[in-house]
Amino acid sequence: MARMNMIQALNSAMNIMLNRDPDVIIIGQDVGYFGGVFRATDGLQRQYGEHRVLDAPISEGGIVGSAIGMGVNGLRPVVEIQFADYIYPGYDQIISELARLRYRTAGDFFAPLTIRTPCGGGIRGGQTHSQSPEGIFTHVCGLKVAMPSNPYDAKGLLITAIEDDDPVIFFEPKRIYNGPFDGDPNKPAVPWSAHPKGEVPEGYYTVPLGRAEVVREGSEATILCYGTMVHVCEAAAAAADIDAEIIDIRSMVPLDVDTIRTSVEKTGRCVIAHEATRYSGFGAELAATVQEECFYSLEAPIQRVTGWDTPYPHAFEWDYFPGQARLIAALETVMEAA
Amino acid sequence: MTRQPRLHIPHPPARPGEDPDFSYLETFSAGSVPRPDPSVRLRDIERSLAFEMVRVLDDEHQAVGPWNPMLDADDLQVGLRHMLTNRIFDDRMQRMQRQGNISFYMKARGEEAVSVAQCMALKPSDMLFPSYRNQGLQIARGRNLVDLMCQCLSNSADMCKGRQMPIMYHWARGNIFSVSGNLTTQYPQAVGWAMAAAIKGEDDIAAAWIGEGSSAEADFHHAMTFAAVYLPPVILNIVNNQWAISTFQGFAGGERRPFSARGPGYGIPGVRVDGNDFLAVYAVTRWAAERARMGTGPTLIELVTYRADAHSSSDDPSRYRPKDEWQAWPLGDPIERTRAHMIREGIWSDAQHQALVEELTSYVDDCWEEALTYGTMTDGPQLDRNELFEDVFKDMPRHLIEQREQLRALEDD
Repeated sequence: MARMNMIQALNSAMNIMLNRDPDVIIIGQDVGYFGGVFRATDGLQRQYGEHRVLDAPISEGGIVGSAIGMGVNGLRPVVEIQFADYIYPGYDQIISELARLRYRTAGDFFAPLTIRTPCGGGIRGGQTHSQSPEGIFTHVCGLKVAMPSNPYDAKGLLITAIEDDDPVIFFEPKRIYNGPFDGDPNKPAVPWSAHPKGEVPEGYYTVPLGRAEVVREGSEATILCYGTMVHVCEAAAAAADIDAEIIDIRSMVPLDVDTIRTSVEKTGRCVIAHEATRYSGFGAELAATVQEECFYSLEAPIQRVTGWDTPYPHAFEWDYFPGQARLIAALETVMEAA
Repeated sequence: MTRQPRLHIPHPPARPGEDPDFSYLETFSAGSVPRPDPSVRLRDIERSLAFEMVRVLDDEHQAVGPWNPMLDADDLQVGLRHMLTNRIFDDRMQRMQRQGNISFYMKARGEEAVSVAQCMALKPSDMLFPSYRNQGLQIARGRNLVDLMCQCLSNSADMCKGRQMPIMYHWARGNIFSVSGNLTTQYPQAVGWAMAAAIKGEDDIAAAWIGEGSSAEADFHHAMTFAAVYLPPVILNIVNNQWAISTFQGFAGGERRPFSARGPGYGIPGVRVDGNDFLAVYAVTRWAAERARMGTGPTLIELVTYRADAHSSSDDPSRYRPKDEWQAWPLGDPIERTRAHMIREGIWSDAQHQALVEELTSYVDDCWEEALTYGTMTDGPQLDRNELFEDVFKDMPRHLIEQREQLRALEDD
């Protein structure tokens, strides 16, 4: 076992896959010689060469479109979109082409892309470097969508995504690249080395898509969350002194409905938390699923704690960010009801 | 006196009821454009190839000049056969659409030389990324017409399992990619396919087609940029058939520069070719393929042609252009020009031509009868509707299994 932060874990996953599979290539802006603006591909071009780790023009549509062509021609491209906020020029290629290629050709063509992209706020990034657009990808049939919350899962899930023959949109919550974050920006930063999930095997292993993880067992309420919010929810539940069961969704498509159902049937109360905006967000899908699966176990209306339905404001990001105070209020609401 | 900026709104030279006017088209005489060695540097050819027009067949139907590909009689007869098959197939399918047998169709009349000559100039292992009017690629690669008809019928033998509108064919074994309804998306994909070929050290090349109208899409710029940066072995074709549904080529910027001239702007050779001249199209494509295979890089080809029929079975061009515009088109009909050339060369006759038309008409009829044995949208063998849940993912996830069960439950009621 080694101590890794999330960047090192992602780098290790890509290194292992470049080594194991000659068809794996990496393409994205600044990913080659420089090793990526977040350093996720640091050293990989030096190790595997310019034909396996390609610096790309500033052209998300061109990156995704050409990677689809490479995938059709037998390669297994790992695409980096530098910020999730920049993914939209590639959106037509992702939705109209990548997601539907297998379907429209009845399985004769497919492109096994993994699209990595840093998401989320709390880094003074304003509205163009803070978005969490997972919901507009989970809505598209034919895409798998994942977001890890720690280095161990990041590496294992990324290896799974790269090996998967379906396209995977892989969101990386950049606020926790270097350490877990409990939602309080005034506290000193905590490194991953002090966290059990910062222990990461150096070799090959996988974490499956479609499997959520119960990160804290509890009996009084279920919290469904993913990414940065996992750590905020843990802190909020502790601060509220509520024995909450916290589920890290990890994989939004496919979704682990069994783990969600088992938990909510046990607790009878459910809070859903994500950093993305609320309206039509992925939390709405989770709430609908809980309602359909667990209606007769529910003792209180489901609560959603999310970013406000505004763009991410630069100067007010801590008013925007769904921090502990909003989570505690939601937990108290579900505990009080009925 | 002060002047205010005013928008320039492009107008086609003629509207319904007016006389066709193609005076905007500078045609150049056959044989007038030099043929550089394929290894030529861009700066040595920038002007001539992008701004003039490569033509081989002159007004007397004689093959002249440095681009004459010297095709033998067999090749010409094969080319003519494919183009005629394309046209007769289109006529038949359009009739079937009018009779309600298929929901939609798109003909390629007047543009058959583009797909057929270009396909013949490439290797069978080269990967083709067609647009929606490139059925000639399928035909020239030897596809059974029954397969194409079954796709249009969405019947039990439909390669797309009923998931795509008519004409959205694909052929994995024949190295022809899937037609997309979203335009120009195949351009960066072809570039990426060619990048992968170069990464893997394989010598197959990619070719992609778009219309002049959809050269306005961002994917055109994405593809040209990537092609210029990495120099992959790819041929990017713009079929300028003058009309994008109701907007003429001026609405894609054609009034300013030929579409081929966009190539040099990116550092990619652009070649403008008479798209109705089978020999010129073949020669230019061979030249571009040679460049790609020798590692010199991509080529942009503008094929100047005319969309003789409606955009699709849902379109009515009499609402926006003169009815007889095609008759006035200066570059003529590719099939008629090829036939006239072959007759002039003494390798073809009107009697042979008539016999071929009859043979192909009856062949297409037979294919249609065979296609119907696999079912229509309403009768005969049918696709299993439960298969509509397959191929969204490689393995069906739980939520789709549940939705399939819901559909099955309705069936059982």
